[in-house]
Amino acid sequence: MKFPIKRLALLGIVVMLSNAAFAADVSILNASYDVSREFYKKYNPTFVKYWKQKTGDNVTINQSHGGSSKQARAVVDGLEADVVTMNQSIDVDILAQKQLIPVNWAERLPNGSAPFSSTSIFLVRHGNPKGIRSWADLAKPGISVIIANPKTSGNGRYAYLAAWGSVIKQGGKAVQARELVGKIFANVPVLETGGRGATTTFVQREIGDVLVTFENEVGLIKQEYGADKFDLVYPPLSIVAELPVSIVDKVVDKRGTRKVAEAYLQQLYTPAAQELAAQFELRPYDAVIAKKHLATLPALKLFTVSEVFGNAQQAQTEHFKDGGVFDQLYSRK
Amino acid sequence: MARSAASSTRVFTRFRAHSVLPGFNLAMGFTLLYLSLIVLVPLSALFFKTANLGWGGFFAVLGNDRVLASLRVTFLTSLAAAVINAFFGLIVAWVLVRYRFPGKRIIDALVDLPFALPTAVAGITLATLYAPHGWIGQYFAAQGIKIAYTPLGIVVALTFIGLPFVVRTVQPVLEDVEAGVEEAAASLGAGRWDVFRRVIFPAIYPALLTGFSLAFARAIGEYGSVIFIAGNMPYISEISPLLIVSKLEQYDYAGATAIAVIMLLISFALLFSINALQWWTSRRGVR
Repeated sequence: MKFPIKRLALLGIVVMLSNAAFAADVSILNASYDVSREFYKKYNPTFVKYWKQKTGDNVTINQSHGGSSKQARAVVDGLEADVVTMNQSIDVDILAQKQLIPVNWAERLPNGSAPFSSTSIFLVRHGNPKGIRSWADLAKPGISVIIANPKTSGNGRYAYLAAWGSVIKQGGKAVQARELVGKIFANVPVLETGGRGATTTFVQREIGDVLVTFENEVGLIKQEYGADKFDLVYPPLSIVAELPVSIVDKVVDKRGTRKVAEAYLQQLYTPAAQELAAQFELRPYDAVIAKKHLATLPALKLFTVSEVFGNAQQAQTEHFKDGGVFDQLYSRK
Repeated sequence: MARSAASSTRVFTRFRAHSVLPGFNLAMGFTLLYLSLIVLVPLSALFFKTANLGWGGFFAVLGNDRVLASLRVTFLTSLAAAVINAFFGLIVAWVLVRYRFPGKRIIDALVDLPFALPTAVAGITLATLYAPHGWIGQYFAAQGIKIAYTPLGIVVALTFIGLPFVVRTVQPVLEDVEAGVEEAAASLGAGRWDVFRRVIFPAIYPALLTGFSLAFARAIGEYGSVIFIAGNMPYISEISPLLIVSKLEQYDYAGATAIAVIMLLISFALLFSINALQWWTSRRGVR
């Protein structure tokens, strides 16, 4: 009579083992930029639930946040991130250049692999005492403008490109664009290295008449410091700051996490995730969701980097490389 | 037999300088391995990365006027901060060693705080205080002096992070100079200034110089606290470590390490000459 019990126990172990084999525990790492923290904190649990329902697997999502380019460098140098969610496409392009992902990465998901975007807008002191309405107003003498350093910050880069593109899109020439951008940066008293630093300078140190930053950063400022201290100004024309995502092929193939990583990014395009993004003042790709949020994310005249500059890489090379147009603005020669 | 064994031992001991302490081989081997792993390997990696540039690329970086301007800002502000720290650090150490007063232990502990505080926090705090609308900055702003977002702000941040070096190197040496020596000098007719100049200063001078060079070296490499208060304007308040970071942002690793190598060479030359100065003065002292 002892036998069946032993067998039962054995069976039990086999069942447990096979169960474990069916309901695998997987983990993925999402390397992201700095201020996406709040969004992914909300999004990750919804994906964990979805994946559990769909496959029965338990997925753990680890987050790593830092400057967008810093994160890209970390992945290039061997950080095993399964997915990257960046704030500018050149930071994903570098992974393609280093052969971690294919060059056509942007075509793998809808909208150039950008599930949502932001744009550069103005934040002014309450009542807008200096009457700032447009990019041209930023160039006026006596206006103090806070923009993050375009050499070290994606936020600053988009602000620069938005100002430049506003001239081109209104039929201006490169010479005029350069003059405008030159005058704007002559009005910048402090070049903070990141978008958050620029926020601190403007909000806490009370320096500057206007802060140029991402729309979703403005949402956070209103939340943190009170909505009544500052006014939002939408420039008549601004830029689409695409927030691209990609799986890292080299890593997911090595770790066997391709399926879950791909699903993680695809789920960003679902109405629920798009709705969540809109709540964090990121502009959703989904037109239906976008329409619902016109009160906080109004329709604006926007242009993309590619429309004005060819592509992000060209913009980077021409404007922000050492010795590029931005450096020339500061050159003493 | 016995004699030759003894003589060979003598030869061997001469090589490693006679000592009664055992474990020389082990300790020395460990020291070399440890220093190689921690210091030499990373530093040589730096030189290897820079070698990708070739001489032409290296001199292009070195000759760039923006890089030169940043080096000037970095080294001048670091020097100013180290000089300030040497002077006031000496006073702090003096007070802590020579006088007894309530709260002395608390002040003693305060000295180490700049070590413990993350430098970014220090930078943000100082920028808040010294900004034109800040607690301290507003009084200077009223006089037309801007501190935050100018090279002056950089000096403030570097002075803050470098303070413990001078105090902590001078303090123990000063403690060893017994008060009796000063009293003896005084009883032999030396004035107060003479006591300091001829008795105390020669004793603490090497430690002071060490503290000064530590504070100086620390300031040169500082990034975290400075970028928040510097304003980072090209040619005016842009430090070299920031240029390194902005080169890294462009994935220009070789260019970044080139600036690092230049800074390293200048720092090495400066520290070397400070050490040489110390050696020279101590020899003069013997004579």
